[in-house]
Amino acid sequence: MSLDYLWTGFAVALTPSNLLLSLLGCFLGTLIGALPAIGPINGIALILPIAYTMKLPPESCMILLAAIYYGAEYGGRITSILINVPGDAGAVMTALDGYPLAKQGRGAEALTMSALTSFVGGMLAVVGLTFFAPLLGSFAVRFGPAEYVALMMFAFATLASMVGAEPVKTLIGCLIGLLLTTIGLDPTSGAYRFTFDQPELHDGIEFIIIVIGLFSISEILLMLEHQFKGTLKPIPIGKGFPSWSDIKACWWPTIRSSVSGFIIGVLPGTGASVASAVAYTTEKRLLDKGTFGKGDMRGLAAPEAANNAAAGGAFVPMLTLGVPGSGTTAVMLGALMLYNITPGPQLFTERPELAGGLIASMYIGNIMLLILNIPMVRIFVKMLQVPNTWLIPAILLLSILGVYTAYSSVMSVLLMLAIGVGGWALRKQGFDMAPIILGFVLGKVLETNLRNALALSGGDISILFQSTISNSLWVMAVLIVLLPWWLARRTKARASAEGA
Amino acid sequence: MLGKLTGAMAAACTVLLIGSPVVAKPGKTECIVGAKPGGGFDLTCRLLGGTLQSANLVETPMAYTYMEGGVGATAYNHIIGTRPGEAGTVVAASTGSALLLAQKKFGAHDENAVRWVGALGAEFGSVIVAQDSPYKSLKDLIEGIKAKPQDFSVAGGGAVGSQDWMKAALIFKAAGQDPKKMRYIALEGGGPVVTNVLGGHVKIGSSDVAEFMPHHTSGKVRILAVMSPERLTGDAKDIPTAKEQGYDILWTVWRGLYVGPKVSDADYQWWVETLEKLSKTPDFKKEQEARGLYPFPSYGKAFADHVKADVARFKILAQEAGLIK
Repeated sequence: MSLDYLWTGFAVALTPSNLLLSLLGCFLGTLIGALPAIGPINGIALILPIAYTMKLPPESCMILLAAIYYGAEYGGRITSILINVPGDAGAVMTALDGYPLAKQGRGAEALTMSALTSFVGGMLAVVGLTFFAPLLGSFAVRFGPAEYVALMMFAFATLASMVGAEPVKTLIGCLIGLLLTTIGLDPTSGAYRFTFDQPELHDGIEFIIIVIGLFSISEILLMLEHQFKGTLKPIPIGKGFPSWSDIKACWWPTIRSSVSGFIIGVLPGTGASVASAVAYTTEKRLLDKGTFGKGDMRGLAAPEAANNAAAGGAFVPMLTLGVPGSGTTAVMLGALMLYNITPGPQLFTERPELAGGLIASMYIGNIMLLILNIPMVRIFVKMLQVPNTWLIPAILLLSILGVYTAYSSVMSVLLMLAIGVGGWALRKQGFDMAPIILGFVLGKVLETNLRNALALSGGDISILFQSTISNSLWVMAVLIVLLPWWLARRTKARASAEGA
Repeated sequence: MLGKLTGAMAAACTVLLIGSPVVAKPGKTECIVGAKPGGGFDLTCRLLGGTLQSANLVETPMAYTYMEGGVGATAYNHIIGTRPGEAGTVVAASTGSALLLAQKKFGAHDENAVRWVGALGAEFGSVIVAQDSPYKSLKDLIEGIKAKPQDFSVAGGGAVGSQDWMKAALIFKAAGQDPKKMRYIALEGGGPVVTNVLGGHVKIGSSDVAEFMPHHTSGKVRILAVMSPERLTGDAKDIPTAKEQGYDILWTVWRGLYVGPKVSDADYQWWVETLEKLSKTPDFKKEQEARGLYPFPSYGKAFADHVKADVARFKILAQEAGLIK
């Protein structure tokens, strides 16, 4: 495929009005991403009617919507790092090392580093999109139910890294997450499970409600507790730029996570939350010497690179196959249809200004976001100095408003609060929230696909081991479990050999 | 106090001014989307809101509320329980809502619990196979299923009992097979159905014409039949109906609206008449077509009767398939 469309695209994306839209989208997206519960999908749904009323041409509309989308992936990390409240689903893993970093007074550094890794992830994804889109489109199609099962088993294998000092608690957390996924419509038979005749529970508990409950609400409760005990210390905001050695340490984790995040983003069944989870747990499995989860820059870099790369990857099936790669691209696809444009490989030849304009705007948007975000770090970190008497009500208000805006139901708000109290109780007992989240994210995809695979084969389990893709993933799953153990043994053996 | 009083007086005046004619016009309109943004309900509300405004039938832009849960179940219960008398609020519904009502999946309320206003258009079910599939017509496919039913796996955008499952079940029934034994995988929406057919993971994909049309046109998949009473117009005019091919398989997906049970006759009538008026405007026709919808003129009582007849029909289908007792 020639790259003519891309040059046409840059000509489109660099017009002053489209540049302005890109900037506007990046700014709005960052804001939307930073607000709890309101993620890119709601943001785009809110902006879409405005774009129509403005009678924007299709390419400008897409440029605006795409800018909001990847802007939100940037924005989600801000509150994750500073107050342990993930702004959207893809930013959950960012909190694991981001928040401890902020507490150590390295919040500004963490924000800068995450902006840099987000940039790398986003950029690599656009490059991937530019050069490999059609190839990856046909790769994504080869993922059927059986392949997704193998992918999820690989993801669960990386989870082994989360087993820290208290393996039983990690396991229990993961099981709680798995149990929560069983609430709602049975994905295959259509029967309702554990819904207690509440229509709000028919679709199961929304991921974002669990995230806001477990992180934001339980965090508020902990803060209140410290507030009354008077054990809360003010957090210094620190200097703005990460050290050279930190950047060097984050280099490979960022590249690896960008690549894996991009590929997971390309697959229509998985998105930014799975991508960041896999990236984080893989890096922890490969690199951790007890520092992950306690404020390790690499644990921050990995999920941030991955979620931005996944957002870029989600455009691959949309542009090459005409099927959405994520909920957000589904809304964008609907928007394209309204312009009477059918996405697909012919888009690159028939509407180069659109396909090219969109991709070119992603290059520009990523650079804009980096420029926008680095100086804004100084403003964001001010959040750390807001006294708790103001911060706590503000987080609570934003959480409740966010969930209510997204689901328009009081029941969802109550559910979020109840989950929050549950999460607080678990945290008091020394449980981590991350395994619960991971169990929930991966469990849903695993169950649906396992049951679909078995429905296809009529119950024959060998379907899971039939394709090259599945088998490679199974091998990788085994390797990721055994590799760190084997590496440790080898180093030990070598050390003793040298000692002798 | 004074402010409250003035406010109340102003409100009273507004009621007097607007409320006096027999056909009431709501000041503020809202359309409830009983799902995430981006689906069929969203499409229905946006088609309505966008064209109402451009036809100047409402003064202020329509508000959209997303209320996810049970494919419209939450919204259904919400409007009946919490806002039964709100004149300006409509809720998007579809054939899928009738199907869920028939399977008692909307909770305690039945199809008579709301006031059905009218339809905004309809689309039709269809089935696809991959481009390189040996089956060139619905007859080929059904004959193939007759010979070796276990070879024909199906993907649809919903669980067992959903619309896509029902469409496939009708085909299996036409082949003399028990739909319960169908090898069916449940996916989320029509996109994954296409990718699973493209990847060769299943033999048959079940969804709607609009969902498949772009992929049919680009030559990646083949629509074997549309489940409409007559040939469709536009891009789909060359695709034969199931009926033409000798099978009585129909699946109409209407997209329409309802209001709360306690909405007054005058307000209900305003919506019915407005919708009828709206559907005749060129702008509406254009927007309808852009969303892959075909005209489906059914309003007021006729529409309510249609919905209720659908529910009754689906009850029988669901019983036959063993989904309800």
